[in-house]
Amino acid sequence: MSFPWARQYEPKTGLTKFLDEKLPLPRFVYNAVGAGYPVPRNLNYMWNFGVLAGFFLMFQIITGVVLAMHYAANANVAFASTEHIMRNVNWGWLMRYAHANGASFFFVVVYIHIFRGFFYSSYKAPREMIWLLGVVIFLLMMATAFMGYVLPWGQMSFWGAKVITGLFGAIPLVGEPIQIWLLGGFAPDNAALNRFFSLHFLLPFVIAGVVILHIWALHIPGSSNPTGVEIKQESDTVPFHPYYTAKDGFGLGIALLALFTMVFFLPNVLGHADNYIEANPLSTPAHIVPEWYFYPFYAILRAFTMDFILPAKLWGVLAMFSAILLWFFLPWLDRSPVRSGHYRPLFRKFFWFGLIPTMAALFYLGGAPAEEPYVMLSQIFTAYYFLHFLVIIPIVSQIERPQPLPYSITEAVLGSDKKAVLGENAEPAV
Amino acid sequence: MADTAATANTELPVVPVDDGATEGVRRRDFINIAALSTAGVGGAAVLLPLISQMAPSKDVLAESTTEIDVSAIETGQAIKAVFRKQPLFIRRLTPEEMAAADAVPTESLRDAESLEDRTKEGHRDLLVTMGVCTHLGCVPLGAAEGESKGEYDGYFCPCHGSHYDTAGRIRKGPAPTNLLVPEYAFTSDTTITVG
Repeated sequence: MSFPWARQYEPKTGLTKFLDEKLPLPRFVYNAVGAGYPVPRNLNYMWNFGVLAGFFLMFQIITGVVLAMHYAANANVAFASTEHIMRNVNWGWLMRYAHANGASFFFVVVYIHIFRGFFYSSYKAPREMIWLLGVVIFLLMMATAFMGYVLPWGQMSFWGAKVITGLFGAIPLVGEPIQIWLLGGFAPDNAALNRFFSLHFLLPFVIAGVVILHIWALHIPGSSNPTGVEIKQESDTVPFHPYYTAKDGFGLGIALLALFTMVFFLPNVLGHADNYIEANPLSTPAHIVPEWYFYPFYAILRAFTMDFILPAKLWGVLAMFSAILLWFFLPWLDRSPVRSGHYRPLFRKFFWFGLIPTMAALFYLGGAPAEEPYVMLSQIFTAYYFLHFLVIIPIVSQIERPQPLPYSITEAVLGSDKKAVLGENAEPAV
Repeated sequence: MADTAATANTELPVVPVDDGATEGVRRRDFINIAALSTAGVGGAAVLLPLISQMAPSKDVLAESTTEIDVSAIETGQAIKAVFRKQPLFIRRLTPEEMAAADAVPTESLRDAESLEDRTKEGHRDLLVTMGVCTHLGCVPLGAAEGESKGEYDGYFCPCHGSHYDTAGRIRKGPAPTNLLVPEYAFTSDTTITVG
């Protein structure tokens, strides 16, 4: 759907007229991210992160393709070829540090994008499909990032691969055969490294495909906004270009400054020193943790220490996967007709004082050693995490009395416009 | 957003903004040009590492000189060596071969070079050339024992039939230039360093 007041693309030069008849790509771009896409006028900086995520996907693909030109996916030389990239290849150090830190930034912006969605309930009708596709993208990102971290074939690469594929070993009966099948052996070796490289190259393009669907689904209802009130009139919107190309461009500038501060001055801060030791199947590093962006889910995995009907290991694996999979059900767990957290006093309290501290704690605990008090704290916060989505959100959405919504985006931004636009008899809408 | 706000709601007071509009160039024009130029220069700078990374890496460049002992090459014999992962022909010419090379008027050749031009002073019997046909890069025959040396008794490329003479000069066939003589120098009486 497009709004009736959306600006129409008009080819002016001979070339654009020719293109518009044969392959209307300029028209497509104009309607997707140009002046032809009306966007709520009140988007705040939280709405920058979708564009930033798209940018970082491209950034990772470009730097990744460059690295693949120099990397050798063979267990005998993979570690050496990584060092070859760092020492011999022109600008190879820049490409590798940009790719490694780019992955972290990709996750930073995607986490903010997701939590923007939680606060403003971006998952609600009519945007459920955008949300579902987003969760699919997140799962694909996690798989891609995990396999990418294996490629340098350092100690953390090797033991990460062993532990993560070991998760599948928790499945009753078929677990162990599945793990052996995934690895193509009894421990990570050449077969595993080769398939991880192949899939690490493939999956970003799958992600790009799902991103296209994500944006396609977005353009049907149009972007949400901080009030959660749908667009009613032309004065609620501004054209994407130049208003949000400029705003997103500014945000991109800030993000790039932050990224390259990391790349140039702190390139290894987010990594693990153990990964500069070549993979050794006979020696596990003392403190083995995944990359930081997996910490919350790693904390949930380790929170289960007791057998209860099923073995503890299986509970941990189920809980870890459920922690993300339950996001798929969020549009139907949250029954409140009001979207924005700004107008939901109770929901807002649970968001800021429940979910956010819980996620912060799980981020910390996932990187902490597997000993007390961290195990007990992981259990408490894991319990709250599931309680939040499965119990608190549905109950709050039933009992909460939302605050009055503005009639329209224009009213929220400028004060009353009801009379100006619709006359005295205008009905307030929910 | 100030201007759109004014059109959307006539009740709002319109605050006059001094943006320099009266002087022909607005403040916003300056910001626009400055921002886009910075982004453009930044984008162009990104191309440097992206292009440069495909150029030979440090370890490849480190292999770009090769030292060869030429004392063991008998008169009339040739050896094949490797220089930059490509074959290098080193031939000790016989007096007859040198005479044959000298007998040809240089101006009549497709790529006019004399034997002196193609060898080092005091070592005119040592012909060092790349073993790479200048047509499309095949390895010519003639360096090893028993191989065809072509109609001019030098090298013969079997791919498209280029004939090189005893000084490695193109005489017949599609190749445009003589076999390349790489940069090299005698580091002692018996050793050359190529590259």
